[in-house]
Amino acid sequence: MRRVCIVVLLALVAVPAAAASPGSGLVHRGKALYGQYCLACHGANGSGVAKTSVQRIGGGPLRRQSRQQGYAPPLRGVGALAADFYLRTGYMPLEHTGMQPRRSRVLLDDGQIAALTAYVASLAPGPAVPHPHPERGSISQGLHLFTDHCAGCHQVVAEGGYVTGAVPPPLENATPTQIAEAVRIGPYVMPRFSKKAISDAQLDSIVAYVGYAKHPDDNGGWAIGHLGPVPEGLVAWLIGAAALVALCVVIGRRMHGGETG
Amino acid sequence: MARRANPKDLVVAAAVLLVGRRRPKSQPERLERVVPAGEPGRGSELVVLALLLAATVCAIGFIVVYAVDRIPRQTQFLGLSLGLALLFVAAALIVTAKRLIVTEELVDDYPATEHPEEQQLVTQIVDESGSRITRKRLLTLGAAAAGGSLGAAFLVPLASLGPVVHTGVLYDSPWRRGRRLVDENDRPWRAADIEQRDFYTAFPEGADKETLGSPLIVVRLDPSSLHLPAENANYDANGIVAYSKICTHAGCAISLYRAPLFPPDAPPPAFVCPCHYSTFDPATGGTVTFGPAGRKLPMLPLMVDRRGYLRAAGNFDGPVGPSWWGVRLRGAH
Repeated sequence: MRRVCIVVLLALVAVPAAAASPGSGLVHRGKALYGQYCLACHGANGSGVAKTSVQRIGGGPLRRQSRQQGYAPPLRGVGALAADFYLRTGYMPLEHTGMQPRRSRVLLDDGQIAALTAYVASLAPGPAVPHPHPERGSISQGLHLFTDHCAGCHQVVAEGGYVTGAVPPPLENATPTQIAEAVRIGPYVMPRFSKKAISDAQLDSIVAYVGYAKHPDDNGGWAIGHLGPVPEGLVAWLIGAAALVALCVVIGRRMHGGETG
Repeated sequence: MARRANPKDLVVAAAVLLVGRRRPKSQPERLERVVPAGEPGRGSELVVLALLLAATVCAIGFIVVYAVDRIPRQTQFLGLSLGLALLFVAAALIVTAKRLIVTEELVDDYPATEHPEEQQLVTQIVDESGSRITRKRLLTLGAAAAGGSLGAAFLVPLASLGPVVHTGVLYDSPWRRGRRLVDENDRPWRAADIEQRDFYTAFPEGADKETLGSPLIVVRLDPSSLHLPAENANYDANGIVAYSKICTHAGCAISLYRAPLFPPDAPPPAFVCPCHYSTFDPATGGTVTFGPAGRKLPMLPLMVDRRGYLRAAGNFDGPVGPSWWGVRLRGAH
C-alpha cells in the first residue's frame, strides 16, 4: 500500500515534469542517482566497463588503494526488469566487483529505485517489470517445472544450495515479481530462461509453486527443513545408533549386576 | 590302468557317508572323564541339521534371486534370503551350544602360570564335550554346506562390479549417426531452440529414455569460447554441444548448469553434478575441473539437418556412466 502511494505520488510529480521537458523528471532524478551509485562500474550512460580497461587509481606501494574503479556489464537494453530486480533485492549497488551479488539491505528507498529503474529503462528499449499471476498457475505443474529447471541448484523446496563457485540463494524472501525477473535475467551464474523455454503461463505455475514451498503441507512428523530423505535418514540413523548404544549399556549393566549380586 | 568307478558304487558310497554313523572311538582307558557324560541328544541334533539345511536353502535362494534378476521386489527378496540364512546359522549355533555341548559350571581362580598338563586337559574337555554327537561327519558336512554356500552368496555379487573382459558393452548407447534429439515429450529439438545461457535435456528419438546412454545435456556456447581438444574437433554444431547427462563419478543426473551473466566477474560455464559437486567444462570437451569424477564427461558429436533439427553425428567419445573398475582400467578417453 505504501509503495503504491509512493508510486502514485511519484507519478503525480513526474507527470508535470514530463509535460515540461521531453525526458521526464523521474529519469533526470534517476540519472543523478546513477552518477552517484552506478557510474563507477557500469560506465557513462550504461555503456559498461570492460575488465581490461579498468584504471587503478590512488594505489601505492605502502598504501592500499582506497577506491578502485570497477568493471560491470553494459545496462543498455536490460530494461526496467533487471534494474527493478537488482535494486529491490539489494543485489546492487555491489560492495566491490568480483563478488556474487546477494540479498542484502536495500540501500535505496522506493522513490529512488523507481527513478533509477526509469533511467535504466530509458537508455534503450528493454523488457518491462513483469507481473506474474501465481493465482492462475498450477502448483503441481509448477513442481514439475521447478524440478526440471530450478531444483538442481535451488533444491526442491527452494531452500537454496551450492554450486561450485557460487551459492544459489534460498527463495523464502523472493517475491513473485522477483522470481519472474530472476528467471528472465539469470543473475550471476544462474541460467536464463527465455519465453520459449518457460512461457509466462508456466512461469505463473513456478511462482505459485515457490509460494507453496515457503509453507508446504505437512502430514505430521518432524519435517527436518523439508530437505528430503537424506537428512531424514541421517537423523534416523543417529537416533537408531543412540538407541542401540543405550540397549548395549542396559544389557551390560544387567550382566554385571548378575555376576556380583 | 585304474578301474573306472561304477556310478552305483558312488551313490552307495555317498549314502554311507551321509547316513552312516561313525563307530564310537575306543576311549583310552587311562584317562578319567573330566566332563560328565551326557546323553546323546538325537532330537537336538536333528534340529541343528534342519536349521543348517534351512540356512543352506536360504543362501542358495539368494544366489537364485540374484541370478534370475527378473523377480519383482528383488532387493527385498535378496535381503530376506540373506537375513534368514544368517538367522538360521545363528539358531543352529545357539541350539548346538545350549543342547548338544555338555556344559558344567565350575568356579575356579585364574591359574598363575600356564601348565602343559592343563592345556592337555582343555584338549580333552573339548574332545569329550562332543560325546553326544553321533553323526559328526554329517554335522560337519551340514555346517560346511551352510558356510560354503553363505560364503558363495557373499562373493557372487562381485559380478556386479562390472564387465572386466568384454568392455565393449560399456560403449553401447542408443545414439547413432543421424538420430534426432528429442525432449522428454518426444518433440524434436531444433538448433534454433537452443539458446545461450540455458540448458536442455535431450533423448534419442524412438529409443528407451531410461537407458543410461540416453539422456543428454545440451547447451549453446559462444563458438569463440570453445576450446575443444583435437579428438573432439567438429563435435559441436555452431556452438551447440551435447554431453551425457550421467555423471562419470557415481551416475547421478547432472542438473546444475553454471552460466555466467557477465563472464569477467563470475566463474566460467560448467556442468555441476548435485551429488558430489563434480564439475565439468563444456567448452573443453567435458574435462573435469573439480570434484571426485575420474573421467571426462562423454561428448556426443552433433549436426544440424537441412530442416534445422539437431541430430547425432555418431556415438559418444567414451563410455557412459559411472566408473566401475572395468572402465577405470581403460583410463580416460
